[in-house]
Amino acid sequence: MGMTMTQKILAAHAGVEKVSAGEIIQANLDMVLGNDITSPVAIKEFEKTGATKVYDQNKIALVPDHFTPNKDIKSAEQVKVMREFAKKMGIVNYFEIGQMGVEHALLPEKGLVKAGDLIIGADSHTCTYGALGAFSTGVGSTDMAVGMATGKVWLKVPEAIKFVITGKFQKWVSGKDLILHIIGMIGVDGANYKSMEFTGEGLKELSMDDRFTIANMAIEAGAKNGVFEVDEKTREYLVEHGNKVFTEYKADEDAIYEAIYSIDLNELKPTVAFPHLPENTKTIDEVGEVIIDQVVIGSCTNGRIEDMRKAAAVLKGRKVNKNIRCIVIPATQKIWQQSMNEGLFDIFIDAGAAVSTPTCGPCLGGHMGILAEGERCVATTNRNFVGRMGHVKSEVYLANPEVAAASAVTGKISSPDELK
Amino acid sequence: MKAEGKIVKYGDNIDTDVIIPARYLNTSDPKELALHCMEDLDTGFVEKVKTCSIMVAGDNFGCGSSREHAPISIKESGIKCIVAKSFARIFYRNAINIGLAIIDCPQAVEEACDGDTFSIDFDNGSIVNQTKNKTYKIHPFPEFIQKVIQENGLISMVKKQFS
Repeated sequence: MGMTMTQKILAAHAGVEKVSAGEIIQANLDMVLGNDITSPVAIKEFEKTGATKVYDQNKIALVPDHFTPNKDIKSAEQVKVMREFAKKMGIVNYFEIGQMGVEHALLPEKGLVKAGDLIIGADSHTCTYGALGAFSTGVGSTDMAVGMATGKVWLKVPEAIKFVITGKFQKWVSGKDLILHIIGMIGVDGANYKSMEFTGEGLKELSMDDRFTIANMAIEAGAKNGVFEVDEKTREYLVEHGNKVFTEYKADEDAIYEAIYSIDLNELKPTVAFPHLPENTKTIDEVGEVIIDQVVIGSCTNGRIEDMRKAAAVLKGRKVNKNIRCIVIPATQKIWQQSMNEGLFDIFIDAGAAVSTPTCGPCLGGHMGILAEGERCVATTNRNFVGRMGHVKSEVYLANPEVAAASAVTGKISSPDELK
Repeated sequence: MKAEGKIVKYGDNIDTDVIIPARYLNTSDPKELALHCMEDLDTGFVEKVKTCSIMVAGDNFGCGSSREHAPISIKESGIKCIVAKSFARIFYRNAINIGLAIIDCPQAVEEACDGDTFSIDFDNGSIVNQTKNKTYKIHPFPEFIQKVIQENGLISMVKKQFS
């Protein structure tokens, strides 16, 4: 009986030939990540372990991205705890405001994660790096603390679901629509405790940014991780971002999958997740008239350069509806600069959108775009839970950047095809 | 180890955003977090835990954000054990890691009503719904997880390595 891609990475990091689903292993870590919400708790726990130094100063990344630039005094205190810990421990990869970006866009861009790695992060969207062929999963602060102290994590070896991708995206359809389609199909716990493994000849149609978006939302189906088979695009990305040496894992022919789904990209339409679960999906032709108040384009899901370009292409020469606040948040400083140099900011600003410095901000109802009672927002983010972006009676609709941009123009959930 | 008390029951897909909304995540003080536990789902929760000590919920409890503030706030609020049909995986490991007792037992959840009294015996592996006079068997944890629970969390277990 063979192993899945995920199981092979886990076996290699547990120093064994073979692992099987259900087994609990102690695995060696290549990277431990934390942010300004989860790190302060982890630092407190780290101190309780009695460890006096971190396991590896190069293999920890601390990114103050959630409530930053500091939204209030308490948030400032939290980041201070993190900054001082980074200094005290000599942690190399602490990213101060000015270099900081949304963590899951930042780490791949900085070349800190690569194919074959095993990564944990005290943030549920740590599963993003599966796009690079890594095993990467979200954990809590105690796991982060123990990871920083020992370089190890306990993991239950997951079963897997395979997604065989074929075909090619139609116009206005991208990675976001594929992952929303999958979550709509299998549900928010459809992959609970399991790996989602992506393979098939259709992968070549997916850009790296598409893959980051898809792996990022594996957690929204409850998955432990989402992982892509490495191909030429992955290799190019890794080399371009400073990683010449990495390990590629391929699932065995006889690996066991709990389920196998075939998805033809040609059949997908722009997809929107209605409140209050990412599984409440409708295709754009089914949404009806949903009047909105705000649009957010950004986040670890869709704040990358392709997302900025797609949103700008829709907004070019158009105006944001007078009833809408449209907030654009490039996810990292590099994406910000690139967007600026490509003239995308002129398009956004001429359209009447606000452009923000990188932050997770509104996605989790932190700051920079909180919703009032009864307000509705179309967001390129990843969650639409009750109260996620603000008031408990506000609503979040998840969509791709082109649909979000088109909706900003019309003031209601719209396909770019509806624009004049 | 035993836990006994009245239950407070919730539905499926209770996410960590409603367990502890992000607007309170600018602190990691357990006492402060507990004041706002479950606030966006049930404003009466903080009052209820004065008489209820067991939380019961449906499928996929604790889905979403990995914030450990969620199990911390529940533990600090006075809840001794969560019985759910199933747990989202990050919440599951966070609860184990911080020493908050959790049990997945779909049948016990299905047949329980808000306000029933549960008596849980972790040693003999049973849940008794005293109100309904029904007993359910608890599925045992894998060996490693049992050890973490016995040590009252991952930190105490790891501490030995550094002492």
